[in-house]
Amino acid sequence: MSGGRGSTGPRLDLEKGCVEMVHGSGGRASCQLVEEIFLPAFDNPWLRKEGDQAQLDLSEGRWAMSTDSFVISPVFFPGGDIGSLAVHGTVNDLAMGGALPLYLTAGFVLEEGFPLADLVRIARSMGEAARSCGVSVVAGDTKVVERGKGDGIYINTAGIGRIPPGVNLDPSGIRPGDALLLSGPVGDHGASVLAARENWGLATSLCSDSAPLHGLVGAMVESGPGLVCLRDPTRGGVAATLNEWARLSGLSFEIEEAGLPIRPEVKGVSELLGIDPLYLANEGRLLAVCRPEAADTLLRAMRNHPAGREAVSLGRVGRGHPNFPSGSVRMKTLMGGTRTVDWLLGDPLPRIC
Amino acid sequence: MSDLRYLESFRDPEIGRSLLASLGTLARRLPRTPVRIMEFCGGHTHAFHRFGLLELLPPEIRMVHGPGCPVCVLPKGRIDAAIDLSLEKGAVLATYGDVLRVPGSHAMTLMKARARGGEIKTVISAMEALALAETHPDRDVVFFAIGFETTTPPTAAVILEAKRRGLRNFSVFANHVLTPSAMEAILSGTSLDGIIGPSHVSTVIGTRPYDFVARIHKVPLVVAGFEPLDILLALRMLLSQIAEGRSEVENEYARAVAPEGNPRSLELISRVFERAPAFEWRGLGLLPQSGLAIREEFGFFDAQRRFSIEVGHVSDPGICECGDILKGVKGPRDCRIFGTICTPDTPVGACMVSSEGACAAVFHYGDREGAVS
Repeated sequence: MSGGRGSTGPRLDLEKGCVEMVHGSGGRASCQLVEEIFLPAFDNPWLRKEGDQAQLDLSEGRWAMSTDSFVISPVFFPGGDIGSLAVHGTVNDLAMGGALPLYLTAGFVLEEGFPLADLVRIARSMGEAARSCGVSVVAGDTKVVERGKGDGIYINTAGIGRIPPGVNLDPSGIRPGDALLLSGPVGDHGASVLAARENWGLATSLCSDSAPLHGLVGAMVESGPGLVCLRDPTRGGVAATLNEWARLSGLSFEIEEAGLPIRPEVKGVSELLGIDPLYLANEGRLLAVCRPEAADTLLRAMRNHPAGREAVSLGRVGRGHPNFPSGSVRMKTLMGGTRTVDWLLGDPLPRIC
Repeated sequence: MSDLRYLESFRDPEIGRSLLASLGTLARRLPRTPVRIMEFCGGHTHAFHRFGLLELLPPEIRMVHGPGCPVCVLPKGRIDAAIDLSLEKGAVLATYGDVLRVPGSHAMTLMKARARGGEIKTVISAMEALALAETHPDRDVVFFAIGFETTTPPTAAVILEAKRRGLRNFSVFANHVLTPSAMEAILSGTSLDGIIGPSHVSTVIGTRPYDFVARIHKVPLVVAGFEPLDILLALRMLLSQIAEGRSEVENEYARAVAPEGNPRSLELISRVFERAPAFEWRGLGLLPQSGLAIREEFGFFDAQRRFSIEVGHVSDPGICECGDILKGVKGPRDCRIFGTICTPDTPVGACMVSSEGACAAVFHYGDREGAVS
C-alpha cells in the first residue's frame, strides 16, 4: 500500500463510483484508493507507515508461511464474501501446520468498472475477519486491469505464523491404525456458493462455513499428545484431502458413509446438481489424523470449541492394499457395499474459492 | 429440496438388506444361471457403483452395462463438426459440460478448441443457450444439443421460443437420439435375460415404446428409478419374471413414469423434430430411424442447414473398445487399455470421459484391479 499523502482533490464516491484504470496507475488516484478504502479497513501501525514493506520483529523458533489466491464467483455469498474468505483461507492454511497466524499481506487485482461500494464492503469484511483472527494485514498491493480482463476482483493473501515449540504436525507420521476425525458437516461452503451463483437460480437456506480454525487447532494441540496431522478440505473437498494423505502415506483410508455428517440442504443441492458432497469445498472444517488412543480426548476437545461442536469420528487408517500401491480411500456405503472414493472425476467445479 | 426424507426413504439400508435377501432366494429358483441383466442407462451404472450394490448381489446375477450415455454414443464426426463450427465458422458454441472433454479426431476436444480461441460456453440448460444468443446479438450462437429423449423436449422448447422471439442469431446443432432404436440394436446382437429400463427417458416416452422388447425379443424389462431401493426392487421384479418364465414390461418407477409418458413433452418433440432416415452411433453403427432432425418448418434454427454441416464417419482408434463396451459385449475391465492408457485424466474413448460412462464408473468407484464389476 505504498504511496505518499498526495490526494487533495475531491474524495472518492464510495457509493456510486467505480474502479478506474487510473486507480492502478501508481499515481495520486492509487494513493487515494489506499487512503480512503484500505487504510481505514485494515488500520494498523505497519500500514500507517506507508512504506514499501512492513518491518517485523519476529521471535526465535519455527515459522510457517503460506499463500493463496481467491477468484470466487459470486464475490458475496451467504455466510461470507471474497474478503473474509481471503483471510480465513490463509489463516487456516497456516493453522493446519499448528501455527498461530500473525501477519498477512493482501494483493488485489481489480477490474475496471468494479463498484467502489463493493470494494469498501469487501475491504471492511476483510479487516473485521483479520481483527477477529488476531492477525494484521501489514502490506498490500493493488492493480487494475481493463474491463473484460478480470472478473471484478481477485485477491491474493500471504501470511506467516509462529509454530509453538514442540508442535510438529506432519503427514509422514501417519501409521496404520490411526484414527480420522472431522470437525463438522461437509460441503456447506461449496453448496452455498453453487446455489448462490445467479444463473443457477436456486433459493436455499444454506450458509458457507467460512471461518478461522486456528483457535480450534490450538485447543486440539493443548488437549494432549497423539495428534499427527491436520488439513482443511477446501478445493476438491474431503475426497481430495483423504486421497492426498493416502498417496503420501501409501496406506488406505477407510471411512463410513453412515458417519459422514451432511446437512439436508447440502444433500439437496448436491442431488439436484449431481455433485457428491465429498467433493464440495469447505472453508471452516478440518480433518485430523491422530493415534487411536488419543481420539476420544481430541474429539472431546474439538466438541468443546465453537468451531468443532459438530466434530465426528470419520474412520481409520488401514494397511495398504496390493491393488492400490499408492494408497486408497475406501468407503463403506449405507447399503453395506464398499467403494473407492477417488479424486474428483471430470471437469473442475466452477470457481468456488 | 426442503424435504429430503422423501429421498432418504429410497436409501433405507434395512429395506435394502431385505430386498437383497429376497434376491438371493429368487436366484435359487432361476431356471438357468447366471442371468445376464443389462442396466441400459449410464445413470443406473453409476448408481450401482456409487451405492456399492454390485458386490452385494447374489452371484447368479451378472450385470451388463448398456449404451445409455448420450455423450458416449456420440460419434467422433459430430464432435469434429462442433469443433469446426467453433474454430472455422466462428460460432459461439453452447453445450452441456460433459461433452467438452470427449475426444474427436486426432484427440482434439472442445476443451482444447476453447484453449485455441474457440468461444465455447458450458450451459446447464437449453434456455441458458438461448439467453446467450440474446446477450450476444452480434454473434451466431449455436446450441450443441445432445441426449436421449430426456433432453429433447427442452431443445424443442427453445427452438419454439427462439422463433417466437424472432431471434436471428440462434440455431441448434441437433444430436438427439432415440432409446428404443438403441435397444433394438443391442437385442439383435447381445444375449440378455433382462433389462433395467431407463428412468428419466421413460418419464418422457413412458413404458409402451419398450413393448417390443418383451413381445418380440421375449426379454423382461422393468423401468426403474435411480435410487438404490428402486434398483434392487427392479431386480427382484426381473428375477420373478425370469423364474416364472414371463417376459413383460413392468414399471417400478410408477411415481414418475406413466405408461403413455408425458404428453406435453412428446407433443413438443413431434412439433419440432422428425425422425432422420439414419443416425450413426458410436459402437452401434448406423441405425435407421434412430435419431431426430429438425423439421423443415424450423429450418432457420437448424445449424446443420445454416452452416452446411457435413458429418463425416470417423473410426475409433483400434485400441479403444468403447464400441463393444457400449453394446454390452465387453465390460470395462475387458478393455486392453482400461486404467492404463485410458483413464479419466487421459481418456481415449468416450466411455471414460462422460460422468455417465461405464468405464468412468468402474474406474472412479471400483478397485483398480480386482472384484468390482
